Amino acid sequence: MAMRLRIEQRVNVPKWLPPTTSIGSVVVAFLLGGVIFKIVGGKPLQALKFFFQAVFGNWAVFSDTMVKATPLIIIGVACAIAFKMRLWNIGAEGQFYAGAFGASMVVLVPLIPLDSPKVLIIVLMMVMGMIFGGIWGFIPGYLRAKYKVNEIITTLMLNYIIINWNNFWIFDQWSDRGFQMTATFDRVAWLPRLTDYAKEIKALSGVTLHLGVVFGLVAAIIVWWIFRYSRWGYEIKLIGDNPNAARYAGINISKNIILVMTFSGALAGLAGMSEISGVVHRLQESISPGYGFTGIIVAWLAKLNPFAIIPVSVLFAGLIVAGREIQPAGMSFLLQGIILFMLISSDVLLRYRIMIINTEEELA
Amino acid sequence: MNLEIILHAGIATGSVLLFAAIGEIFAERSGILNLGVEGMMLLGAMAGFGTSLATNNAWFGVSVAILAGGLLSLAHGLVTIQFQADQVVSGLSLTFLGTGLALVLGEGLTGETPPLLLDYNIPLLQSIPFLGPALFKEHGLLVYMGYIFTPLSWLFIHKTRPGMHLRAVGEKPAAADTVGVNVYGLRYLYTFVGGCFAGLAGAMISLSVSPGWYSTQTTSGQGWIAIALVIFAQWNPFRAALGGYLFGMLRRLILDLQGPRILLGFVNPLYINSNYSFFLIMIPYLLTIIALIFGSRAVARNKTGSPAALGIPYIRGERGQ
Repeated sequence: MAMRLRIEQRVNVPKWLPPTTSIGSVVVAFLLGGVIFKIVGGKPLQALKFFFQAVFGNWAVFSDTMVKATPLIIIGVACAIAFKMRLWNIGAEGQFYAGAFGASMVVLVPLIPLDSPKVLIIVLMMVMGMIFGGIWGFIPGYLRAKYKVNEIITTLMLNYIIINWNNFWIFDQWSDRGFQMTATFDRVAWLPRLTDYAKEIKALSGVTLHLGVVFGLVAAIIVWWIFRYSRWGYEIKLIGDNPNAARYAGINISKNIILVMTFSGALAGLAGMSEISGVVHRLQESISPGYGFTGIIVAWLAKLNPFAIIPVSVLFAGLIVAGREIQPAGMSFLLQGIILFMLISSDVLLRYRIMIINTEEELA
Repeated sequence: MNLEIILHAGIATGSVLLFAAIGEIFAERSGILNLGVEGMMLLGAMAGFGTSLATNNAWFGVSVAILAGGLLSLAHGLVTIQFQADQVVSGLSLTFLGTGLALVLGEGLTGETPPLLLDYNIPLLQSIPFLGPALFKEHGLLVYMGYIFTPLSWLFIHKTRPGMHLRAVGEKPAAADTVGVNVYGLRYLYTFVGGCFAGLAGAMISLSVSPGWYSTQTTSGQGWIAIALVIFAQWNPFRAALGGYLFGMLRRLILDLQGPRILLGFVNPLYINSNYSFFLIMIPYLLTIIALIFGSRAVARNKTGSPAALGIPYIRGERGQ
């Protein structure tokens, strides 16, 4: 029987197809990653077991995964709003560090007496985190709008700059007795964690999930609302899909570039605040295992849907947690790269329909 | 601080940027924006280092690095040329993929000492006062090749028939297609060429300029600086080479500033507190942004700078190409 492949352009995409290709990409990527892992001498099945134990093993490890998912959710949402406008903010990592710095200022300068009410201190830390992250997003946005400077490179360069800026403060001004970290924050500057209520509810003992996860959920809801119902969200989508049409419709593109970059940076800055106030409790060198970059993949894998970002973040948080156990250390990085590649390749399935045709039938 | 030493070191480290940037110029001239330079460079650095260690032959390492960078770039080619995926996203994933591959395959290479590329002196030329010792003495062979490679690539792009085809494919692919130029084939070819040079640049770092394998610190963002350099250079190899050398000199100057106790008649703050060097490390990245602002303004003024079809997939038979 003679067979032939026929490829034709799709007129409309069935609703079930995009999530299917996303999941399919992850599955294929895991298979490919497993093969590479096997070649370099690892034990893929054991690693996979590790992975599931790390994500679903028990309440304590699941909470650990959720703690890692928290910054990913916030950064994923931050990236999604920029990417929707086809604005390539790949500086979330730097905006995260900038936010961590701003929030630390509140405690370490201090900007407010530390015997103030907890609510006041936490809120001020959130505001400072968002301001500093926002500034770190505003700069590339302004340069892009005003001088047409490629935001990919500026956001990336700003990552290196802020990390060295933070290092100066960690190593020098704020160094705790010469150690490469600041002193631990006063407990008043800690985000509430579930384990803090262990006295009342025994089961919560050791569950480190903190209030930051609520920031993530609220951010997802707000951005979903912006996309779905607001005029601003409509403008963002229109500029992303067809900048010329947007220009003819009288939308101020420059203003939106600056606004979206600042908003995206502020959200990533909030993630930095949540991480140091909820988890690390001090400013130090390694506060992120690349959350800013993983957030990019999370946003893309979720097809820029704010709600889909939540489960995808949990998956990648599991990868980060398991990555600590799996050697060689670059494996989770590699897996992320393969997933992203599979995903953009699979997009071709959304645009074209590939059919196997029985040529004999065609002739008959 | 010695100007001759700064120039010498600047030429060496600048050559790395030169090869990576000119490779990217080839790819972008054909219409393919490949943001994966950092990943390809890192993979090249690891492949060159590892192969040299395994085979005891540094040049064999360089060859494998070139091939590794080229092969990795073909993944970008497949996804963007064949599947018409977004070139920005694909380039980003290439960086992830290259970085991940380099880290996984390079596990355990840190601290090893493979044979490195040797330095040579050029007879006669090395005795030119001042410039001779800086430009023609104690450099790797690849540095000297950079001197020849830069004008050759300019000539190739602007004065030869294949160069004209390259520009046509990046400016007006539909027109090139109608006169029988193989648009898809050439875009694959120059994406591959760009990847090869990125791989070469990586091996130059790990086997010659700052020998060793320090995982992601090996390239520390130089791939991104190379991409910025392409825009700054307005897709001109000469300007890319000049920019690369200037950048290299700057990096050396920053290192040298930390040494002396007295600087320009003042007590050197870096000598008293080495933590101020964190601000020095920022300078190249800051300067990249500033160079990019000037480069982008120039591109915006004369619209001839950027290849017209850069970043746009070519679909045969579709209108508006």
